[in-house]
Amino acid sequence: MTRLLRLSILPWLAACLLAFAVTAVTAEEHKKPHAAATEIPKDQVQVPKPPFSEGIFPCSQCHDPKSMAPNTKRRALKDMHTEISLHHGPDSRWCLDCHDAYNRDNLHLANGKLVSFNTSYQLCGQCHGDKLRDWRVGIHGKRTGNWNGAKQYLLCVHCHNPHSPHFKSLKPMPPPTRPEAIQLKNGGAR
Amino acid sequence: MTTLRNFSRFITDTLRIITTGGPVYYAWVGLLLLLIGVGVNAYIGQVQNGLIVTNMRDQVSWGFYIGNFTFLVGVAAAAIMLVIPAYIYDWEPIKEITILGEMLAISALVMCLGFVMVDIGRPDRFWHIMPLVGRLNWPQSMLAWDVLVLNAYLVLNYFVVTYLLYCAYTERHYVKKLVTPLVLLSIPMAVSIHTCTAYLYNGLASRPFWNSAILAPRFLASAFCSGPAILLILLQVLRKTTRLSIKDEAIFKIAELMAYTMGFNLFLTAAETFKEFYSGTEHVVYSQYLLFGLKGHNTLVPYAWASIICGAVAFVLFLVPKTRTNWVTLNIGCVLIYSSVYIEKGMGLIIPGLTPDALGEIFVYTPSITEISVAAGIFALGFLVFTLMLKAAVPMMLGEFTISRGRKGVQPTKAEEHA
Amino acid sequence: MTAQDSCQPSSGTPCPSSEHGGRREFLGAAVAAVATALTGCGKLSKEEFLQHNFRELSKEEVLTVIERLEKEYKEKFGKDVKVANTPAMPGVMFGYALDLSRCIGCRRCVHACVKENNQSRDPEIHWIRVLEMEKEEGVNLQVAEQYYDPAEVPREGHFYMPVQCQQCKKPPCVKVCPVGATWREKDGIVVVDYNWCIGCRYCMAACPYGARHFNWGDPKLASKEVNPDTHYLGNRPRAKGVVEKCTFCVQRTRKGLYPACVEICPTGSRKFGNLLDKESEIRQVLETKRVFKLKEELNTQPNFFYFYGV
Repeated sequence: MTRLLRLSILPWLAACLLAFAVTAVTAEEHKKPHAAATEIPKDQVQVPKPPFSEGIFPCSQCHDPKSMAPNTKRRALKDMHTEISLHHGPDSRWCLDCHDAYNRDNLHLANGKLVSFNTSYQLCGQCHGDKLRDWRVGIHGKRTGNWNGAKQYLLCVHCHNPHSPHFKSLKPMPPPTRPEAIQLKNGGAR
Repeated sequence: MTTLRNFSRFITDTLRIITTGGPVYYAWVGLLLLLIGVGVNAYIGQVQNGLIVTNMRDQVSWGFYIGNFTFLVGVAAAAIMLVIPAYIYDWEPIKEITILGEMLAISALVMCLGFVMVDIGRPDRFWHIMPLVGRLNWPQSMLAWDVLVLNAYLVLNYFVVTYLLYCAYTERHYVKKLVTPLVLLSIPMAVSIHTCTAYLYNGLASRPFWNSAILAPRFLASAFCSGPAILLILLQVLRKTTRLSIKDEAIFKIAELMAYTMGFNLFLTAAETFKEFYSGTEHVVYSQYLLFGLKGHNTLVPYAWASIICGAVAFVLFLVPKTRTNWVTLNIGCVLIYSSVYIEKGMGLIIPGLTPDALGEIFVYTPSITEISVAAGIFALGFLVFTLMLKAAVPMMLGEFTISRGRKGVQPTKAEEHA
Repeated sequence: MTAQDSCQPSSGTPCPSSEHGGRREFLGAAVAAVATALTGCGKLSKEEFLQHNFRELSKEEVLTVIERLEKEYKEKFGKDVKVANTPAMPGVMFGYALDLSRCIGCRRCVHACVKENNQSRDPEIHWIRVLEMEKEEGVNLQVAEQYYDPAEVPREGHFYMPVQCQQCKKPPCVKVCPVGATWREKDGIVVVDYNWCIGCRYCMAACPYGARHFNWGDPKLASKEVNPDTHYLGNRPRAKGVVEKCTFCVQRTRKGLYPACVEICPTGSRKFGNLLDKESEIRQVLETKRVFKLKEELNTQPNFFYFYGV
């Protein structure tokens, strides 16, 4: 009888300890005012979809390597994508420096590694490392959501057109009314 | 019981004496009541529509009302220019007329209270500032201090004046042991009211024009040289219109003391101006706006220079014994110094303190018709209070109007005739 | 005031026109009548007139006040306006950073704030003022321009500096308020009790940043513009004669959201968070960028920092 009791106590104790440990760990999680909603892998950030032009993606619907052989000669495009004016970096830069020639649905890094359009910040970050570092911690770029919880980040390309990244000027909203112009209407001051 | 009865007769007799008088008296009171009516009318518009009917805006959030308030606190403090020679130096010629200074202080404080009431955005919430009933942020807020000391000074003066007149009315000698300490107390209290008001401005680091260590001394100096100016003119008027005997030397002595305070005031102004212009930091913009104009805005410049010139001329007139003892130049000097300090406290203190504003914007403020009307009403109210007090006080001081000696010059009511 | 000289109930002299017992009632009625008159014959309820400082109200009294306010707003705007009383979150001290190298002066923050916080549209009140300055000159408020209105911003050679309440740790406005109508909450936000403020505007003189604004006239706010999600100390619709200012969108931030100005900024120049949280972006800014405070020499110790991101 006593042996049975001893055997049953052990798993019971273990269960208690486990429950206690789990509670302690999750309690810590609840106490932190800054708790991530979901776990994102370190090299990835949750972002909305890239701002593609209507019908342009997936690129492979036209750029099928079997039917359309890639032309890797640096040139100004004349047949298609003529609406894109490329003003990004030195004059020698051209499309296939970023777009992968053989996998048009992806971009590629300097070492050839493919990068999805959904994580294009990895590509931008190659040259703009300081911006990427700032963007990851929330210093660079617009953020919406909760200061103490889930935030919505944006891709670099949501604000910076990758082909012509210089931030466009905006029309300012109206200036404040001058104090002299703030007067009582309908009746007037005595 | 007799005291209560006597006091109630004191009140009713006072009421009777201030409601009877000659045609000049009625005309004067009538004019004041008319001005008060104008003020009340304008104020009603302000209460209905809000302070937007003034020309104050976020950039210059204090203006004509608070400028007048500041000036009048100085006038109230100036009563001690009579108290000091009378009680500290025991100078008889002034002792009899100290009460007039205290009555002036009461009128000035009534006007101060009036200006504060019309300036706040929610006059229905006035009770919030009362200690115990509301919530007075004392000792942190200088406005809280100002509320306490101004009301204490008002109560003190009111008590002393009422007591002295009541004693005169009931043909008794006032108890020196009661009055003298109170009157002596009024000296540091007068200093305290103007110092508190000065600290109100002085304590604000956000307004470099006000955040100067000599602001409180400047306030006191300008108060002591301008407040008594009204008294000097008043004393001459009273000498001519009543049997009140005021010796020449009393008037000249007050004028002499004023001369010294005027000199000190000019020195402090020069000291402030030197510091601003010689160091030439960014903070000079405020003095620049006042004296020379800034970025094409020079509304205040003629007033600023008028104030300085009037003050300097008045100083000379009061300092030189020949011009001080000449009635024409003395009175000219009184008008000049009064105008000089009025401009300095109103336009020369509040507006440059707030222009340019905290973010460098220049908003040119000039009072609106509403503000001028309301201010005229409040000044008329103060003058009325002073007139009524004098109408009752002078006969009592002369011993003409007492409880037993009948009421000379006052028409008995039908009831009394029948009694 | 003249009546005071001749009729003093306190000294035992009866007022000419009333008996002993009727005097108190007369005074009470007179005071109430005067008070109502002083609000411009507006609708001043007895409860509003007698309401005490928010910090002195009990929990039940606060609920009564909120109920009354919600009823008043419903009558005025025809909308279900909710007035919250969310307290400060423990362990939170709000901080704000603004990137001067990225602000382009588009003023979207100014107008988003107006929409979110129920400011009066006429007379116009803006809680945020954007200053345009020259890059060569740097931060010099004496030559700053607020009323810029070019076709496009940013203008060549210029930079932009929005200014709003800095939520100082040593706020001069709190120090000078004679009735204690403004105070600093535990999470660092400096708030105003709009039902206690007497409108003396001493706080406006005391603020070095021009951050406090006054309701000079009756605030006009169209019903369709009303944001019904309000906080007692924040964006509930105000009356004339009281002071108001930025409250870091207390109605949003105490629920964990960003202030409206942070969310609307198209260039991401505005950063907000909990200074006590090491991982927050505001802490990252403070630790990795060089920040400065506006008018630092005045020692107001603001919780609002400016920095140059690039």
